[in-house]
Amino acid sequence: MRVAERRPLPLRIRTDGIAPIVALLVVLLILVAFVQPDFLAPSSLMSFLGRSAPIILLAAGQYFVIVCGEFDLSVGSLVTAQVVVAARLIDSDPSHTWPVVALLLVGGALVGLVNGLVTTVLRVPSFITTLGMFLILVGAVYLWSDGAPKGGLSEEFRRFGRRAIEDVPLLGRIPYALLVLVVVAAIAVVLTRSDFGRTLVAVGDNPRTAELSGVRVARTKTIAFMLSGLAAAVAAILLGGYSGVSFQAGVGLEFGAITAVVLGGVALGGGRGSVVGAMLGALTLETLFALMNFTGVSGALRSTVQGVIILLAVAVSSLRSSSSR
Amino acid sequence: MTALSLRPARHAVPGVFVALALTLVIGWLVVMLDGGQLFNQSTTVSLLHVAAGLGLVAVGQTLVILGGSLDLSVAYVISLSTLVAAEAMNGSDGALLPAIGLALAVSAAIGLLNGVLVTKLRINAFIATLGVGLLLKGYLDNGYDGPAGESAPALVRTLGYQRIGPVPVSFLLLLAVTAAAWFALSRTRFGHHLVAVGGDPEVARLSGVRNDRVLITAHVLCSLCAGLAGVYLASRLGSGAPRVGTEGLYDLESIAAVVLGGTALAGGRGGVLGTVGGVLLLASIDAVFNQLEVDAFFKQVIRGVIIIAAVAVYARRAMRKAGS
Repeated sequence: MRVAERRPLPLRIRTDGIAPIVALLVVLLILVAFVQPDFLAPSSLMSFLGRSAPIILLAAGQYFVIVCGEFDLSVGSLVTAQVVVAARLIDSDPSHTWPVVALLLVGGALVGLVNGLVTTVLRVPSFITTLGMFLILVGAVYLWSDGAPKGGLSEEFRRFGRRAIEDVPLLGRIPYALLVLVVVAAIAVVLTRSDFGRTLVAVGDNPRTAELSGVRVARTKTIAFMLSGLAAAVAAILLGGYSGVSFQAGVGLEFGAITAVVLGGVALGGGRGSVVGAMLGALTLETLFALMNFTGVSGALRSTVQGVIILLAVAVSSLRSSSSR
Repeated sequence: MTALSLRPARHAVPGVFVALALTLVIGWLVVMLDGGQLFNQSTTVSLLHVAAGLGLVAVGQTLVILGGSLDLSVAYVISLSTLVAAEAMNGSDGALLPAIGLALAVSAAIGLLNGVLVTKLRINAFIATLGVGLLLKGYLDNGYDGPAGESAPALVRTLGYQRIGPVPVSFLLLLAVTAAAWFALSRTRFGHHLVAVGGDPEVARLSGVRNDRVLITAHVLCSLCAGLAGVYLASRLGSGAPRVGTEGLYDLESIAAVVLGGTALAGGRGGVLGTVGGVLLLASIDAVFNQLEVDAFFKQVIRGVIIIAAVAVYARRAMRKAGS
């Protein structure tokens, strides 16, 4: 019954947009295989995917915001805030786990809603809106916890981020984080294929045209921000479980997510790119870091290599697109 | 001439100065009711010191934002500049000028790289300067664990701590840089071209502006300002500090100050005077809260709210103007 299915063009998986990132990922995986053959063993590969789940989720969330022409700089601070809030509310009491998980999801969506409304209704550029939200969230969470995280996460809560279904035939183990990732990724792909997803790209491509064609631009963008907030909430649950409670939990994640999205071929400014590309971009970044670990590159140099890769990847793609024009 | 119609300083007093005046009056009253004194010597001096550091960065940031670009690498340029200056001085006054020259040259080179990436390789400014920032971060993280080098005593005495009445020399430096930037923007061809490029790059190009050269120049000037801020911080701290730029949030705060000052984030509209107003506003809020001994974290929350609210007011005004 979907409108899309009645369109003359068949719905195909478009490979043109994500070909470069797939190529880069394959090259990196081959390099890793040379340096550290064990890495490609099923169980360690599964663990790696589980560890990468949070940043991939954030990239998927950021995709929705970027493809409609906006930014979300608040996700890193949102992750930090959520982890600290979760620890204090759960306070190591297992019975609080599920209510707090629900609260985090609602909170993430709410922060996205505020970001979206301020950006669309008050017409504040999203760069400033989410930067302000970043300052507010960081300040508020420090204020609320008097400068040091309190309480603790329950084992049930941490399970999502650090445990796995062990002894699975063929795969070795399946981290819960990976299951969460697969589910969310599937939802994200379905969303981008839906009318909402197409509308979102249209809004990013040309908001005026979209508006004149009857799209409710403000509502569409606000929903995109809420999706980003929700993704951050899920990422916070996984990260809190994996690495524990600290004020550093989400530091820099917003730039990591934006980098991943751009690496995945999504244009800043909106209108072009796929969510699969964005998630592959995040996976590529994580693979790059794994490779650097294995080759003994000092952790401090990580950001230099990351910077070089981003600049090269974006320069190549922008030069290609301008020469084909 | 056409130059006249391109003048950036069209807008009368930017709203930020009204906000600044209100903040100072209300802050003064509240602090007085609290039993304190907002405008005593030491608070004024520290307010102006805060403003000098952020102001130098923000004036440079104004130039790139006016041109429709952005610089997220300034925080790392600042840190690098403190280190280059302090290590080259190594505590001796003889090396003072060459060291400052070296720090500024390194900064300018980074600005050149930013500019070339943005214009020639057509990388989105957000990503290009973020990438360059990451390059510098890796270098700093890898090479330095803590403070290094030693600033020349003469620099510490003058730029760091000397003042005329309550006005620090560093704030006078900010005023001089602001005046130079204002002159460049409103009285020179470069300034008019920069605003034209920020307003509509295609129209500017068709009118014979060399967009790339103008934007590269703006990026070099922006990095130079950040480098100068680094030299100032080296004079305050007495040594090079590898994290001072990022811990001070100079990248995001400078952009916030520019936008508070009424410059459009999309480019083409605004000016440096408003930016200085934005910087003074942020510094005054800081000073008032310090006097009231408000929690540092609460301060940050308020800061975020103020930035969003101010820009919302601008947006409202712009909409009304477009409607009438």
